[in-house]
Amino acid sequence: MQTRPMRWLRKNVVVLAGVLALGYLILPNLVVLAFSFNKPKGRFNYTWNHFSTDAWQHPCGVADMCGSLTLSLRLAVYATIGATVLGTMTAFALARYRFRGRAATNMLIFLPMAMPEVVMGASLGTLFLNMRIRFGFWTILIAHTMFCLSFVVVAVKARVMSMDPRLEQAAQDLYATPAQTFLRITLPLAAPGIAAGALLSFALSFDDYIITSFNAGNTVTFPMFVWGSAQRGTPVQVNVIGTAMFVVAVLLVVAGQLVGGRRRGART
Amino acid sequence: MTTEPTAAPGDAVRLSALSKTYGSFTAVHPLDLTVPAGSFFALLGASGCGKTTTLRMIAGLEDPTTGSVALGGKDVTALPPYKRPVNTVFQNYALFPHLDVYENVAFGLRRRGIKSVKQQVGDMLDLVQLGGMARRKPHQLSGGQQQRVAVARALINKPEVLLLDEPLGALDLKLRRQMQLELKRIQTEVGITFIHVTHDQEEAMTMADTVAVMNAGRVEQLGAPADLYENPGSTFVANFLGTSNLIEAEVTGTSGGDIQLVAAGQRLTLPAARCGAEVTTGGRVLAGVRPEKIALVHRDDEDAIAEGRNRVPGRIVDSSFIGVSTQYVIDSPVCPELEVFVPNVERDGRLVPGAPVVLHWNPAHTFGLDAAQDIDAGLDADAVEAALSPDGAGTAAEAAV
Ligand SMILES: Nc1ncnc2c1ncn2[C@@H]1O[C@H](COP(=O)(O)OP(=O)(O)OP(=O)(O)O)[C@@H](O)[C@H]1O
Ligand SMILES: [Mg+2]
Repeated sequence: MQTRPMRWLRKNVVVLAGVLALGYLILPNLVVLAFSFNKPKGRFNYTWNHFSTDAWQHPCGVADMCGSLTLSLRLAVYATIGATVLGTMTAFALARYRFRGRAATNMLIFLPMAMPEVVMGASLGTLFLNMRIRFGFWTILIAHTMFCLSFVVVAVKARVMSMDPRLEQAAQDLYATPAQTFLRITLPLAAPGIAAGALLSFALSFDDYIITSFNAGNTVTFPMFVWGSAQRGTPVQVNVIGTAMFVVAVLLVVAGQLVGGRRRGART
Repeated sequence: MTTEPTAAPGDAVRLSALSKTYGSFTAVHPLDLTVPAGSFFALLGASGCGKTTTLRMIAGLEDPTTGSVALGGKDVTALPPYKRPVNTVFQNYALFPHLDVYENVAFGLRRRGIKSVKQQVGDMLDLVQLGGMARRKPHQLSGGQQQRVAVARALINKPEVLLLDEPLGALDLKLRRQMQLELKRIQTEVGITFIHVTHDQEEAMTMADTVAVMNAGRVEQLGAPADLYENPGSTFVANFLGTSNLIEAEVTGTSGGDIQLVAAGQRLTLPAARCGAEVTTGGRVLAGVRPEKIALVHRDDEDAIAEGRNRVPGRIVDSSFIGVSTQYVIDSPVCPELEVFVPNVERDGRLVPGAPVVLHWNPAHTFGLDAAQDIDAGLDADAVEAALSPDGAGTAAEAAV
């Protein structure tokens, strides 16, 4: 005979584990959210003082913060576009064609993911220095595009490899030229992989600190700004930006789910 | 046995010395084949004999190792698939998973720049009885429904040649019959040339004008279904298409149009016209006879058998009643397992396992084959097939009855 609490546990253990994991993930975000409404007593926003919406009303009220934020967003968008285009093409080449150095390329693509960021950032910095390239926006962009590339290649390649080549053959059999086949069949089928790669790239580029700091020169990205100000006292606005980012991301995901769900529902 | 390619523009498909080699493995040996325009042509063979490979070379999806493909008198060997007036129903359907049924079916029309596809697609979906499912995605369909979408998607383009790679394999028996009739009707109506690949011999025989039996990358024999059945040219065809009793016999001489044979002391007669093999007195030959051509009497009634018929003694090993007929397995000195199908008109109660019997048949129903071949060729393939297809076990019997 099982006791009642045991039975309850058996039934709800999955839910319980899920709630705990979710709590573990969300709790820090909730703290950030709460402290975005704080009015700290000193320069550090670590202890609760009293409620205020000042920071939300003046999100750019801190010198240089919004400039670094715009810079980071721009970098993330460009790096995402660059890495997604290059990475998708690389993934197709690796998945579809046999050529000399294919195995080596496959290995090298993994390197940026496997290598410690410090090592990569430092060596990239040395390279730029030796090539006498001035540090700044472009060096950061090159660095970001490089490490995002690996993630895009991996995501897209997995998708392309699992695609049935007979679908493209069927399209060609139905009078689609190679270009039409790519646009109508290949690309839509690979789209989830490409989207995953792009989202990952954006997130990785936006919050990268280590590699950026080796290649930025005087340029200050948002993560670098947060790090820098944390030495002297963090402004509440950082929490505002953090919370806003979190909410936007959640809304995007929810919207995606809703659209997908509606489409799936309409079909049945 | 293949037909010689001749340069007739009326031929929908002409394959000349077409072959395909993967590394050291030859999937299709040099193949010469002509399919007349408007005909229903079946490619029949066991799994792995090269049927799909042949179709793919016609469609342009596989580069032939040697040889050429001509469609409607034009050489298309160098043309890419999208420029060939051919459509394929793929063995695994290959439906586009991101498009719904409607868009799948409309795909070919749209690629050719046809704007108003609604009417055509609607008609085609009604034809394959999927009218209500136009907005479903392929993964929301059953296997049989997917298969019908695949047929509709190819058929709607009214190509010169439609290639069907086992298009009905996943359907249940009833739907399969229905689709067979439907396909046949469409084919006659629209006048499209069909090349239909199947490993179901019954399907091939009921649907096709011409059947080519393939074995291990070669076409063994080609002809009208009844012709193939009555006059198999090799042991493979004899065993693969229905059931055959093959008796190894020695040639004792020829008289008139007949060849005299002796097998285990029994004299048999074989019409010379029905023997494809070279015969010399003292040589060996395989005498074949279909199970339904043989009559069975109890040994006590042997005297009632008319003169001039081939007769063989034996003992019933097994009998199974299958409704329209009873199938007997006979152990005889000439062959350890002779099969006899007797229609259930008047059943003789003495014909039970163990009973001594005499088998007799009209000598004109005997065919002769070269004794140098493997007498069991095609039997294993048949067994595999029976295991694979849901009604495989019944087809041999049904075809023979
Ligand atoms: N890409 C390939 N590489 C090597 N061998 C292949 C390749 N494609 C097919 N084959 C071989 O060629 C032979 C013929 O294959 P094919 O697909 O034409 O058979 P099939 O007659 O259609 O069989 P089934 O009835 O099972 O569909 C098989 O033995 C198969 O293993
Ligand atoms: Mg096949």
